[in-house]
Amino acid sequence: MPDLGFEVLLKGRNFARILEGLGIALRVSMISVAMSIPFGILLGILAAWKNIFARAVIRCYLEFVRIMPQLVLLFLVYFGTTRAFGWNLSGEVASIIVFTLWGTAEMSDLVRGALISIPAHQYESAFSLGLTKSQVYQYVILPQTVRRLLPLSINLITRMIKTTSLILMIGVVEVLKVAQQIIEANRMSSPNAAFGIYLTVFALYFLACWPISLFAKYLEKRQVC
Amino acid sequence: MTRTRNFTRILLTITLLTLLALFSGAAFAANYRSLDQIRNSGVINIGVFSDKNPFGYVDENGDYQGYDVYFAERIGKDLALKINYVSTEAANRIEYLQTGKVDIILANFTVTPERAEVVDFALPYMNVALGVVSHADNAVNSLENWDSNERIIVISGTTAEDYLIKNYPNIPLQKYDSYATAKNALENRNAIAWANDNTEVIAFAIQNNGYTVGIPSLGSQDTIAPAVSKGNETLLNWLNDEIRKLGSERFFHADYEATLVSTYGLEYEDSLVIDGIKSE
Repeated sequence: MPDLGFEVLLKGRNFARILEGLGIALRVSMISVAMSIPFGILLGILAAWKNIFARAVIRCYLEFVRIMPQLVLLFLVYFGTTRAFGWNLSGEVASIIVFTLWGTAEMSDLVRGALISIPAHQYESAFSLGLTKSQVYQYVILPQTVRRLLPLSINLITRMIKTTSLILMIGVVEVLKVAQQIIEANRMSSPNAAFGIYLTVFALYFLACWPISLFAKYLEKRQVC
Repeated sequence: MTRTRNFTRILLTITLLTLLALFSGAAFAANYRSLDQIRNSGVINIGVFSDKNPFGYVDENGDYQGYDVYFAERIGKDLALKINYVSTEAANRIEYLQTGKVDIILANFTVTPERAEVVDFALPYMNVALGVVSHADNAVNSLENWDSNERIIVISGTTAEDYLIKNYPNIPLQKYDSYATAKNALENRNAIAWANDNTEVIAFAIQNNGYTVGIPSLGSQDTIAPAVSKGNETLLNWLNDEIRKLGSERFFHADYEATLVSTYGLEYEDSLVIDGIKSE
């Protein structure tokens, strides 16, 4: 077997440090996901309304967040708020703010898309059966919306986890930064360590995202029955 | 539909204009901590690299190490302050100083006129220049009277490339995008020599057998210095006094021997290290 430099993982606290880095990446992404989903659902419902003002405001917000690269948003929130208001946010708080803004925007568009994709005849047929408005939503519209939403939101969540690799640019030492630190610290003694360490990081990201996909699959199956 | 779209367009414009105003005009004036404020807080924030062995890196126990960190530790000791190390990247060092999120940058920061307009550099503590490495059996010791059939390897976008194009336009260059491909090309003798930062080529020649740095110092001598936020006079003056004092005790030679000698060997100590800056 070729030398992949896995031995550097066993040096000192290296493996523990990688896991701590993963912990920080997961903490930032999970807190952001937990806030993005309710906010996004709320905004998405508003965006599907006929109200012109609400729609225009949400549209602006969505376009702004979606056009801006996440890295620019991170710099704006981390350094920009210090310049403009004198706030001194920590890198982690700034990351959570950016990821929540971004996640909410993306989630709201997914919700809006799922809502307007329900054909009008579904509403009409349900009403013609004599269901009340809340019954229509509870039994007809929402189940279909959620089913359409599920794979899309799982995709968004895993994307949020993977995009945490950018927060090293505002000084948060997450899993990828720890990996780079370990590779560089051992550049002389184990020049091949880059392969082993990046393989490990790959495996860790996979282990973090895979259960989420499994859970989504389970939810989708349960709904079909 | 058109009404919504017009409305959206107007709102977008307003949002963008507001943001522009926020982030350009309204910048706070004094975005740094003076020496007294730092002393009173008990902690000094120092921005260092965490993945640039041997200048600033993190060892297997999670502790910061390296040539820059050795100096930072001394600063913390002489100020009797705790040090909060902030992991910086090459691209965000200036931003950290401009927003006062760190007090000092000690991240292998090369002094350039452009940077000096936006941050204040203290006295230098290290030299950098370009260097040229070649196979020991076919050493390149000079760039004069160049045989135009021979080529030199450079990495695109580096100072080495700029320097050679400007000063030796008759030397054909072979350009690569990454360190790894340039290294491969030299090993396979695709070109006679490789020009890069001298710290890089010296380290390469020491780690790989059969190579020699025929030209260890080429072009303009640049220096590495600590930097503080523009206008932070109290901290800057303290740092300059500190560097003069440390120079008189040959501190940076000791620093080199503790952190850089295994990478560069003793023979480059005097050319890389700056000690004993003359008092002004």
